[in-house]
Amino acid sequence: MILEVENLRIEFAFDGKVSVPVRGVSFSVPKAGRTALVGESGCGKTLTALAVGSLLDRAKISGDIKLNGRVAYVFQNPMQSLDPVMRVGKQIEEGMEKGLSRDARRAQMEQLLESVGLPRECARKYPCELSGGQQQRVMIASALAQSPKLLIADEPTTALDVTTQKEVLDLIRRIADEREMAVLLITHNLGLVSRYSDYVNVMYAGQIVESGAVKSVLSNPRHPYTKGLLAAVPRIDAPRDAPLVDIPGTVPPPWAWPEGCAFHPRCPQATKECSSPLFKKCPCLTDYEQF
Amino acid sequence: MNGSLLEIENLSVSYRGEDGSVFTAASEVSLSLNRGESLCIVGESGSGKSSVAMSVPRLLPSPPAFWPQGRILFDGKDILAMSPKELRSVRARRIGVVFQDPIGSLSPLHRIGDQLAETLFLHCDVSRSAARATALEWLHKVGIPEPEQRLKAYPHELSGGMQQRVMIAMALMLGPDLIIADEPTTALDVTVQSQILSLMRSLVGKDSALLLITHDLGVVAKMASKLAVMKDGRVIETADDVSAFFANPSHPHSRALVAEARKMEL
Repeated sequence: MILEVENLRIEFAFDGKVSVPVRGVSFSVPKAGRTALVGESGCGKTLTALAVGSLLDRAKISGDIKLNGRVAYVFQNPMQSLDPVMRVGKQIEEGMEKGLSRDARRAQMEQLLESVGLPRECARKYPCELSGGQQQRVMIASALAQSPKLLIADEPTTALDVTTQKEVLDLIRRIADEREMAVLLITHNLGLVSRYSDYVNVMYAGQIVESGAVKSVLSNPRHPYTKGLLAAVPRIDAPRDAPLVDIPGTVPPPWAWPEGCAFHPRCPQATKECSSPLFKKCPCLTDYEQF
Repeated sequence: MNGSLLEIENLSVSYRGEDGSVFTAASEVSLSLNRGESLCIVGESGSGKSSVAMSVPRLLPSPPAFWPQGRILFDGKDILAMSPKELRSVRARRIGVVFQDPIGSLSPLHRIGDQLAETLFLHCDVSRSAARATALEWLHKVGIPEPEQRLKAYPHELSGGMQQRVMIAMALMLGPDLIIADEPTTALDVTVQSQILSLMRSLVGKDSALLLITHDLGVVAKMASKLAVMKDGRVIETADDVSAFFANPSHPHSRALVAEARKMEL
């Protein structure tokens, strides 16, 4: 395994109150494997990802994170991650090992640009001179400059249009294959998971509610939350007047997560037991071997 | 009333750069939209779809934008030939716009309720308390929980989905004939997207029309009564029957888009 997360708990204290946005998350990413964390915003996916690279300040973290190699990130909004006043070539070089000669850095940088499908001339440009897709390619190049064993791609294409989205994801997949690099894909769109991951963990309210091989989870989702997420993806072949299946409402903030199954107020299949403090496991999952 | 609510005739949209160079974002676009219809314009980024859509309420800053040719007939009157005063009244009362990025469209310094009430104040002859009551009613209509409290909230205190609901309320509260929505759900979670699309579907009625810009063909399938595909500034295909289009797109680029979207589906 390149990454093993055991019972991760992330706690923040503010205004004298304690908030636990991640509560007991366990999952792993095999060497050169492709794993996804899926769920709505506010479920703790990004916090989990940030904890892996020790990028969280001011949080109390417990549990176990075993990371066997370097990790690099690609985030949703490249304009927020890139320095607007530094040429992109320089930004890519920044992540490289110290002690390389200037020429070596430059050569490596140009090679990286090429491998993400950008012309060398891009090195002299500023981020604002590039399109969103190109910016995201720069982000990928600068992540690769660190020679990571694990790439965490956190909603890497949400801000891009479909064609660009596919290009960027295909690029990540190709590069990951070539370099035997593992990818942890974080997304709210189960539609992407089928194409770009082998194993999926569905997260709700700071916990993983369902996990398994992508094929079996997508073709046979058990948890009502997974079902709802799947139904929310608009499909071409759905008739226009088909009733819309919505998961009502939104993820409550961590300090308002209900007792019992956190999903029960939004769940169409919830029973009395689901709101009980003694709730252990979703009854829809009972005949399902997992964890 | 004869003719379409919106008739875009042979429209080109260009931008003049500071050095005098001209970039044409859309060429010879013709589209029509009637009450009760939802027209989706689909295309990749850079295809010119937003330039066309934002020309309708003339929300493109001009300069640099200009319209070398064509007309935009709204209820028979050419928007491109309107005086600023006429334009202002059409924009406010008859065309509602929902943008992709709600936080960029709402003022960060004013409470939600005040921003909604301002829209009413500026364009209708209403008292402060009536404006407040209408604002409250609309927050309720767009499905915002605890609307009384939310009136006092600032935009950053709301989630992205809630902000977009406020934008929709703002765009619809004056009862516009035409609603223009430019990628209204692109920044949102799939679950929230689904809720917002349902909401828009329920609020756009027989007497109004929706012009929706999207890159997501799944959204088109859910929302459109007709569609236009744009590429490199031109309309390459239009269809009045959306399911027939998906079954058999005629332009090679449309075929590629549909094939791609199908591949991304499960």
